[in-house]
Amino acid sequence: MGGTAVELNLWAVSGIALVAVMTFYVGFRSSRAASTTQDFLVARRTVRSRRNAAAVSGEYLSAASFLGVAGLILKDGVDALWYPIGFTAGYLALMLFVAAPLRRSGAYTLPDFVEARLGSGGLRKLATFFVIFIGMLYLLPQLQAAGLVLSRIMPVPQWVGPVIVIVVVVVNVFGGGMRAITVVQAFQYWLKLFAIALPTFVLCAIFIGRGGAGAHETSLTAPTSPTFTDATTVQVDTPVRLQVKEPVWLWADGVVNGAPASGDVYWKPGVGEVTVDAGTTLRFSAGSAVPVVAGAPADNDSWMRPSSGGAGDLFTTYSLIFATFLGTMGLPHVLVRFYTNPDGKAARRTTLHIMLLLALFYMFPLLLGALSRIYVPELLVSGQTDAAVTALPAKIIPGIGGEILGAVAAAGAFAAFLSTSSGLVVSVSGVLSTDVLRGRVRDFRWAALIAGLAPLGLALVLPPNDISLSIGLTFALAASTFCPVLLLGIWWRKLTWAGAGAGMIVGGGLVIGAIVLDFVSRYTGDWAPAFVKQPALITVPIAFFVVYIVSKATHRRLPADTSRTLLRMHAPDPLGFIRDRDVARFGTAEERARLADGRHRR
Amino acid sequence: MSKHSAGSGPGRSSKDSQDNGAAGPPPRRKRVVLADSRAPVTVLRTVVELEEQTSYGEELVRGFIRIQFRTAVRLALLAAVLLCGLPVLFFFVPSISDVTVAGVRLPWLLLGVAPFPVLFGIGYWYNVLAERHERDFVDMVEK
Repeated sequence: MGGTAVELNLWAVSGIALVAVMTFYVGFRSSRAASTTQDFLVARRTVRSRRNAAAVSGEYLSAASFLGVAGLILKDGVDALWYPIGFTAGYLALMLFVAAPLRRSGAYTLPDFVEARLGSGGLRKLATFFVIFIGMLYLLPQLQAAGLVLSRIMPVPQWVGPVIVIVVVVVNVFGGGMRAITVVQAFQYWLKLFAIALPTFVLCAIFIGRGGAGAHETSLTAPTSPTFTDATTVQVDTPVRLQVKEPVWLWADGVVNGAPASGDVYWKPGVGEVTVDAGTTLRFSAGSAVPVVAGAPADNDSWMRPSSGGAGDLFTTYSLIFATFLGTMGLPHVLVRFYTNPDGKAARRTTLHIMLLLALFYMFPLLLGALSRIYVPELLVSGQTDAAVTALPAKIIPGIGGEILGAVAAAGAFAAFLSTSSGLVVSVSGVLSTDVLRGRVRDFRWAALIAGLAPLGLALVLPPNDISLSIGLTFALAASTFCPVLLLGIWWRKLTWAGAGAGMIVGGGLVIGAIVLDFVSRYTGDWAPAFVKQPALITVPIAFFVVYIVSKATHRRLPADTSRTLLRMHAPDPLGFIRDRDVARFGTAEERARLADGRHRR
Repeated sequence: MSKHSAGSGPGRSSKDSQDNGAAGPPPRRKRVVLADSRAPVTVLRTVVELEEQTSYGEELVRGFIRIQFRTAVRLALLAAVLLCGLPVLFFFVPSISDVTVAGVRLPWLLLGVAPFPVLFGIGYWYNVLAERHERDFVDMVEK
């Protein structure tokens, strides 16, 4: 997988080119209707719940879902299933507590909601900072994964993938803002569903046709390591530590355990962990046991069992549940899609649809992840488990059929990068243009350029990481900053801006500290304990607590119009209390007059 | 004359007035309807009361928010108990991993398949309840 070993995979390249062109075309067609700031910010609040649900799902099913979930299942087994559960359950929390009131607040960005509710310009700026930070943090792994996927199918350097993604996305956002992105994302949901369903159906049919799980030497339930189905060469690109649980004969060329190795090597079970440096080639014969990267279950039996690592695993699991259940409602690019609903009821129905669409999608990575444990265990050696979805088809069906299926999967992955990135760029540029710039259409376009280029620069500089892990941290950040403000802001009258600000600073600061610690520890021997890698279980309650205490202490600063704001957020739509703040700020005189005198009845 | 027709009830009044009108000069009693007197006036009154935040309006809104909140919390707790119970269950009853249903280990079914219908079902239920509460509130306000 190094730059030279890759040959041009024509099928995959044309698949990806097709996705890019179609995305561009769909965006271009629908951007002709966009002309005003409201079009660019919230698509004029006219997106019906079904299309909006497809768009939210399209945006939400990022590289972490398309590639990462299957990879984590391959590596961590049944415990990784908490990712899809959490990603879906987050929408239940969003629906129960946030969706309808958030839409009825009439806000057009998350910072705008914060200001509408708490009436503080300073808090708005703080929220702006966190929206931009979360957006960048989420964009980075998308772009890096795009670089990885592209450099695996054609002989190009890593920077080409991120550049293509950003160009397509920025052009679309530039042309039509939210208006264009809505259609693009809805289209890409169905594209991704197809791109993961087709390989799964075909591969499962072949797997069952060959006799199912019983016909293979490696039963997934055996208390032994997975084994290579045939002779395999593994190219190690990033340094890995491998755990050796069974004797392995292999051929190595490069640096193993700090000493140069060339020729046959024997790893005894007693040696514990083996370090393999980047640039090393390992060759295994068919049927030999697979040494698995450190930190993952080494044998199939513990892979099958939940929480096999004891109480530490239990902590990680609960922390992950916390982060994903509560983090979804704090993701700015998800929330901004809810502002595009016509009213609160539609927002709620959108969420219900989303849960259906997500559940439908997540069946497939689960099956692919389990299959890849049998067929592509070499990814467990190189540690590049994110490649499972794209590598699996060619391994099961040699020849052109496998190549085409692999191309379909790669194209789907590329659609995932595109749709998630476009959602993030739209949400960040919406905030940038209205809070930093003056909020005209021209400002939005400039903001889109900035929101695209800044993360691109970062993606080229920073080293890549497991997609789903960094996404997990983003969720933890969202859960520790915006979740308390949203939940308490919508349901608790006594929230003050001081409380909200303190909670965001403390919660966000703790998670950012954990991210930095984790980053440092990865370069200095991986000493960070589990709660640094997934801190939500600690940081979210602290954030809630701080918001509560500080609000109590500053109860004299309650905003004067709390009752009116709450009434607006909760009164059923037919009563007509919604006042859209984007119309009030950016609308024409006529639109503003309509907003002022009449009810907003439908 | 007008007294008489008023006393005779609305059903007959028009006929009476016609008869009498033919007899004498017509100081007819006319009913001027500017708007349907029943629904809209009260709508305005209650909605205005909500908008002006009178103590009555305030109380109505608080009660409504409380109902919606309680529904949401109950369903959230239901989901939390069902899902968050699983890791503990697996931790303390590890033998559950040895149970096989239709060729698949039970934890894989419990985590890979079962949560999704449960989540959707709870969401659907909430949608029904929340929309019902909203309808009830609107009906009450517009009564």
